Amino acid sequence: MANNVSHITEYKVLGKVFLVLLFLTFLTITVTSFELAAFSVTVALLIAGVKGFMILTYFMHLKYESLLLRILVALIFVLYALVVLITFIDYAYR
Amino acid sequence: MSGKKMHVEAHRDDEGAKLGMWLFIFTELLLFGGLFLVYSVFRAKYPTNFHEGSLELSVTIGAINTVALLFSSMTIAMALSAIQKNNPKLSMLLIAVTLLMACVFLFNKYIEWGVKFEHGLYPGSGLMSRLDHGDLLFFSLYFFMTGLHALHIIVGIVLLAICFFKIKNGSLHSQKYVHLENGALYWHLVDLIWIFLFPLLYLIA
Amino acid sequence: MSNDKEKTEYVSYLEHQGKYKGIFSWIFTMDHKRIGLLYLYAIVALFFVGAIMGLLMRIELIAPGETIMKPQTYNGIFTVHGIIMIFMVVIPGLSVVFGNFFLPILIGAKDVAFPKLNRFSWWIYIAGCILAVASQFMKDGPPDTGWSFYAPYSTSTGTNVIMATFAAFVLGFSSILTGLNFIVTIHQLRAPGMKFFNMPLFSWAIYATAWTQLLATPIVGITLLMLIAERLFGIGFFNPDLGGDPVLFEHLFWIYSHPAVYIMILPALGIITEIIPTFCQKKIYGYKAIALSSLAIAGVGFLVWGHHMFTSGMSNQARWFFSLLTFLVAVPSAIKVFNWLATMYKGSIDMKPPFLYALAFIFLFTIGGTTGLLLGSIATNVQVHDTSFVVAHFHYIIFGGMGFAFFGAIHYWLPKMYGRMYNMRIATIAWGIIFVGFNLLYFPQFIIGMQGMPRRYFDYLPQFQTGQVISTIGGFILIIGTVIMVYNLIKGARSGEPAPANPWHGSTLEWQIPSPPSLENFDEALAIKSNPYDYE
Repeated sequence: MANNVSHITEYKVLGKVFLVLLFLTFLTITVTSFELAAFSVTVALLIAGVKGFMILTYFMHLKYESLLLRILVALIFVLYALVVLITFIDYAYR
Repeated sequence: MSGKKMHVEAHRDDEGAKLGMWLFIFTELLLFGGLFLVYSVFRAKYPTNFHEGSLELSVTIGAINTVALLFSSMTIAMALSAIQKNNPKLSMLLIAVTLLMACVFLFNKYIEWGVKFEHGLYPGSGLMSRLDHGDLLFFSLYFFMTGLHALHIIVGIVLLAICFFKIKNGSLHSQKYVHLENGALYWHLVDLIWIFLFPLLYLIA
Repeated sequence: MSNDKEKTEYVSYLEHQGKYKGIFSWIFTMDHKRIGLLYLYAIVALFFVGAIMGLLMRIELIAPGETIMKPQTYNGIFTVHGIIMIFMVVIPGLSVVFGNFFLPILIGAKDVAFPKLNRFSWWIYIAGCILAVASQFMKDGPPDTGWSFYAPYSTSTGTNVIMATFAAFVLGFSSILTGLNFIVTIHQLRAPGMKFFNMPLFSWAIYATAWTQLLATPIVGITLLMLIAERLFGIGFFNPDLGGDPVLFEHLFWIYSHPAVYIMILPALGIITEIIPTFCQKKIYGYKAIALSSLAIAGVGFLVWGHHMFTSGMSNQARWFFSLLTFLVAVPSAIKVFNWLATMYKGSIDMKPPFLYALAFIFLFTIGGTTGLLLGSIATNVQVHDTSFVVAHFHYIIFGGMGFAFFGAIHYWLPKMYGRMYNMRIATIAWGIIFVGFNLLYFPQFIIGMQGMPRRYFDYLPQFQTGQVISTIGGFILIIGTVIMVYNLIKGARSGEPAPANPWHGSTLEWQIPSPPSLENFDEALAIKSNPYDYE
């Protein structure tokens, strides 16, 4: 079967990614426990974004997928960001 | 004859199946995306209520669940590597660990929701309707978002359990593993969504 | 596929004997062509149900005051007319019938990527239809919210909203799966040697449509779920009494439902792009521009939803922003129209029924499009919002656009689908009646709308009566024309003259195979042209 040329991710890599994710979870809990108001939202979302990126890249193998698929995934997030942004053009100026 | 027969035979295209799964994941992302949009609109409108609301949720349970899901995400990715390396036993074990973690998650959710229900805090309850507008919206969102997410966990459990039995009866193996690949993708999606739900509902206080 | 030793005996897909016999060979079929026909029959039936409801409304409006029904019945009928026509006829319409039947053939494939999933989408489509029709007969009475289910009324009305919204949710799921299937089909199953830019333009249109279906529908899915939860538990998202925001419902609803307009019209544009070069016997002008304009329409169309909400209390900044983007989306649509006209220039035009429908399409779509620009500019929108001007506008787009493209497509491809030809003379006469009836029905509504006739009203001031009467007469003429057309088509499909493989001298792949196609479409190797519209 010519289909089976997928990249095999080593256990060690997956384990390392998990440890990083664990650390980031710990970090986000710690950071948000300080009262930093609006700042903590930004930080929490930023960390969540990094975690999401790592899951997409390593766990979901996006790193080894075709360029087309990677572009598509990126476009979905861009599209969603645009939709949110445009909705807030309404709510921010109401 | 061969020309006519071929239609009936399953035509196999793993690459296509995977692309299909990714497209389905896009729809799931946008499904939750709609909810996150609602969340952000109401959060902007009622910042203090959302602040107080999230203090009501247990960070400990949320954190345990986050770790459980992250761990299960790793084990299912390892299960895929194991089947690719032609090690079905290990792969089955790893899927079992994943399923166990999923059950831990659901059990915690059950405890968490149970406490709320005991206090009379659930959608449609008398207490809910007496809450402040912002609090009502926060808890409605909490129940709606975590409920929909839990539903996805259950679907994921079913999908992965099917993969488990497919490995067991030998129809999923190192030459043909696209079902497990897609099941794992779905499971990572569930994890991905939780990564955003956790800080937004439990942490940002 | 093309080995001479084992030459496949030609059996048309209509006669092929599979695992199942009789009616089950249709219900359980995985053949994209049979599924396409099943959708066709369902959609034609539902179209007539919706059309009769439309006619009932027209009769009610022939005179001021109560004519044949009570106001609450009227509310139910316009809602159900909308739900049936939008969710069951025009949104799936072209892509499930002609997309299913011809997309694989046009790109040289044997079937869609996931035939089982295709069958599953068809089943849940029917389940959704049954739910929606059933919601009309349940004890609480048909929903009376309009097809848009606007909150907060939809959260408080006593009628059967939950079932109707759930039906829309199920239909949306079917739509998502169809879109997913088509995208994978186009990516994976193009014939060897066919690149994206060698595909016929209908495939491009279906591709853009499929992306819109895939990405927009989940938003309305979650919105409808929230609406159901709102009704069941009072979660308050859209209820101002509980702190929610009804405008948020409108945002979410139109984030889907505006792209849904492009789900309806993009395949129609694609079909017109197939018909025009065939009947002009000329290479399409500006292939790449047309192909990419489909994607541009789908992309920009995603971001213009707010122009449905200019009077709902959005911020001014949002209003001008949406207005600007709305004007932008007109550009790629206009690109297509200009390219069609340029294709006709110096072509050897053959005035057969499919081409007549294409011409009518261009005329009506242009009227619908330009009145859309009037609605897209805030100042005029505030004047004519929720008047019958809007009704006329979107019927010009949806019926005059999508509907006429559907009629054109069925006249174009019927000889291929059934291997038989319909009567040309009757088809031309029916086209004339439909065209006249359509304009009589909807054009007066522009005028009375400008004068202030509100939409969705059961009653009106006497000054609008002339327009309403003309409109009702037009409605009858239109339905008579449609019945003649359908009768002629059915007669042609059952007992018409046998059609040759390529009756119109078309150049795309579907005309290179016998009529009707065999089960696997291509029994011989095919030659892929670099430009599918090469008339050498």
